[in-house]
Amino acid sequence: MTSVATTATTQDAPRARPGSRRSWAWLGLVPFLLFALLFLAAPVLLLVAGSIHDNAGSLTLQNYQDLARPDIVLAFRTTIEISLVTAVVGTLFGFLMAYAVILAGLPGWLRAPLVTFAGVASNFAGVPLALAFIFTLGQLGLVTLWLKNTFGLHLYQEGFSLFTQTGLELVYLYFQLPLMILIIAPAIDGLKKEWREAAENLGATSRQYWRHVALPILMPSLMGTAILLFGNAFGAQATAYQLTGGTIPIVAVKIGAQISGDVLHNVGLGYAMAMGMVVIMSVAIGGYLLLQRKAERWMR
Amino acid sequence: MSQSPTTIASTVAAQAVATGSGKPGSHRRRRDRLVWWVVLIIGVTYFVLPLFATFQVSLGMTVPFKAYTNTFNDPKFWYSLLYSAVCAIGTILFSIALIVPTAYWARLKVPRARPAIEFITLLPFVVPPVVLVFGLIQVYGGGPPLGLPITSTDLGSTFLLIAAYVVLSLPYMYRSVDNGLRAVDIQSLTEAAQSLGAGWPTIIFRVILPNVRLSVLSGAFLTFAIVMGEYTIANFLARPAFGPYLSFLGRTKTFEPAAVTLISFGLTWLAMAMIALIGRKSRGRVTVVAVK
Amino acid sequence: MGFLELEGVRKEFATHVAVQGFDLDVPRGDFVSFLGPSGCGKTTTLRMIAGFELPTAGSIRIDGQDISRTPPHDRNVGMVFQSYALFPNMTVADNIGFGLRVRHVKKDDIRRKVSEMLDLIHLAGKGGQYPYELSGGMQQRVALARALAIEPRVLLLDEPLSALDAKIRVALRQEIRAIQRQLGITTVYVTHDQEEALSLSDTIVVMSEGRVEQIGPPSAIYGSPATPFVARFVGQLNVLTGTVADPKAGRMSVGDQAITLGAPLTGAVGSEASLAIRPEAIELGAGEDGAQRLVGVVEDIQFLGPVIRVRLRLDGAGGSLLFDTFNRPGTVPPVLGERVTVSFPSASALVLDATAAAVAASETDIEETP
Repeated sequence: MTSVATTATTQDAPRARPGSRRSWAWLGLVPFLLFALLFLAAPVLLLVAGSIHDNAGSLTLQNYQDLARPDIVLAFRTTIEISLVTAVVGTLFGFLMAYAVILAGLPGWLRAPLVTFAGVASNFAGVPLALAFIFTLGQLGLVTLWLKNTFGLHLYQEGFSLFTQTGLELVYLYFQLPLMILIIAPAIDGLKKEWREAAENLGATSRQYWRHVALPILMPSLMGTAILLFGNAFGAQATAYQLTGGTIPIVAVKIGAQISGDVLHNVGLGYAMAMGMVVIMSVAIGGYLLLQRKAERWMR
Repeated sequence: MSQSPTTIASTVAAQAVATGSGKPGSHRRRRDRLVWWVVLIIGVTYFVLPLFATFQVSLGMTVPFKAYTNTFNDPKFWYSLLYSAVCAIGTILFSIALIVPTAYWARLKVPRARPAIEFITLLPFVVPPVVLVFGLIQVYGGGPPLGLPITSTDLGSTFLLIAAYVVLSLPYMYRSVDNGLRAVDIQSLTEAAQSLGAGWPTIIFRVILPNVRLSVLSGAFLTFAIVMGEYTIANFLARPAFGPYLSFLGRTKTFEPAAVTLISFGLTWLAMAMIALIGRKSRGRVTVVAVK
Repeated sequence: MGFLELEGVRKEFATHVAVQGFDLDVPRGDFVSFLGPSGCGKTTTLRMIAGFELPTAGSIRIDGQDISRTPPHDRNVGMVFQSYALFPNMTVADNIGFGLRVRHVKKDDIRRKVSEMLDLIHLAGKGGQYPYELSGGMQQRVALARALAIEPRVLLLDEPLSALDAKIRVALRQEIRAIQRQLGITTVYVTHDQEEALSLSDTIVVMSEGRVEQIGPPSAIYGSPATPFVARFVGQLNVLTGTVADPKAGRMSVGDQAITLGAPLTGAVGSEASLAIRPEAIELGAGEDGAQRLVGVVEDIQFLGPVIRVRLRLDGAGGSLLFDTFNRPGTVPPVLGERVTVSFPSASALVLDATAAAVAASETDIEETP
């Protein structure tokens, strides 16, 4: 801990110079920029550099070509599938739940607990979530046993398993749904009461209002959040690993395996996979931010 | 407890929780309210069942609360909890020391840099934890080009862990502090303090920091929640943190993991509740402080 | 029988009565304003006409048809909201054409109507823009066009100008009136701004705390206020207290000065009475024959440029009067401490009863309002 403290103070010192000329003011940002360089830029840059070099040290694009390896392709395909499914289902059902407590005429006090819970649940990912679902739908899970004892329904014999891609998607929804609820709730709030009244006044039925006014207004938020949910699921590692070990090919888990040992037989390939992740995440986050900006512009 | 797949989830969640629940439901003539009740009940059931199941399992031992007593008697539990807590505090302090002066300085002296800084604070979103730790190990694991075997020492690894956590918490911390600064006229405050003879440290500690206290606190709680539940980075840096402990427990024991899972969930809930509380307090405060 | 009729309309909420027993007959093509302070029930009444609130009692008829229970989207009344309520996801043209689109009017007809409307509000060419690209005044015009595009039987406006700057407000309200006259559409206009109501309306309904205080043309509302509230709310007022001297002759004394009014007074000899006089009815000097005169000492003078505002303390503990006198070149304005005579026509004084006078006097703290 002492090394942390000293680093902080020595980085603080050069700034204590009030009244400096404007060009020197940038120095005040050095600590931050240095930190970003050391712990954010450097790792990523090294991965980039590593991904375009081979074991001998010469420049190559072979690593990216190797991404076409069937097991890698499978990993990307599976991860994309999971991310897509949980993004779509999360968007849909999250929207429905948010609508239910805000506009559907249910008691108003339901909203606050749901939103607070959503805040907690969206952070409940990773190891504890995987364990909680094992306790619920595992071979000896609460629901599994209840279905067996009450309805004689043997889930696992019928082919269901928590430790499959579908099971993973079910678990991922636990943090996808709340994220959607949290983001879309303010957007639904933003639907001004006057818009609905104006639409009715001009002759629109409820369905027409939703079709022509409300849904189009919400669409940027919905789409943006869906994209965000996609990215959210794509980057997840701990939940998948705790639940399935390495049995389901997830990109993040494969990269994790590579960190622990050279399972890909080529560290450059690991770098390329990591870069692939970063690219996909960038597109997702970028898409989300763009659509959010558009949504905000309309809400003014 | 909480390992957000990306920090964006935590960031958005915390922000949403902090800004409060908004207005209560307003409604028009609703004929099919029943459908919506069904929707809500399905959703709530989905969320509550795993927690309930965990609770059941945690009591499943022959002596009902033995899972909990076993946990509390396990030195590894306390060690990992303490380790993560200390890392969390370290992360928070480092974050504050890094971000508050930077956000302040950028606003005051170098406003043109703000878009660039904001962009940098968004970068952690596109670098998932597993990629980040991959890169960090490659840079600081003793190999080329730096040849710095930081990861081979406990202290070095812990330091690296904290640095990674600071990166993870960067988006929310910066946004929170920046919002807090926006509500305060830092230009006038700084000039007033300077005209009264204050030096920079005094200004930062006694003028700026107290005014963004609530924003900082909010960010601190979120950071705490993130760090306590984090698994990926801690695992690959071979750190004895809470996340890896729970993972190991989950693979070796039957009932104790349920107890620890609930404890973990409880801690997250506490942190988010604090953020919500702060959010409610700060709204009143901002209206008093806002000058322009 | 009017085109728009409200009969016994009443609205009760759980905590209070928002509108009490409202009766109104509006002839076709009339411009009627609901005028009153916030909370007086004017907006609630408007929303009942639009169908967003259900009356607790009473009925609303348009052209003989009872619409009290008709849902809002079937009423064909056009509403302009205070916050414009333009659909942000649609262009100006799409906004204006929305009402036609949901009625499944043919696309060509919609286009024609929209272009007609754009011309009407002087925004031709802006059809492709989005609401956020327009100024407040322009957005309100689009909102007006959108409501008019469906050719409603009645046009409702809910404080449409209160969100705009003063200058735009004045210009836009003339435009609204001009369009209304051109189309001959029956209009209900809700406002708290008496200047707006006075300058625009054929009829004004003054409201206070859910009650209708007076219904009449602007000249009557201003010149012959029926209740103290109306007198107080519309325009400025001087309130003098005095005692009744000769009820049949309409004579009373203010302080120790005698005033004769145009009509007999109620109240016994010696009882208290109050007099309300508009500042503009008061003139410096002895005035014409038959005018009432009061004498007093100049207490305060405010030089306002074209006008000099004088406060006069009346002799014999009569109270104070506030009036304006033109600053004509060549004339000598009164000076502080000077004793002057002022006059006013006896018919222009309004008698208030005792309680009303007390309220009016306390409210009309003779503040100089610009």
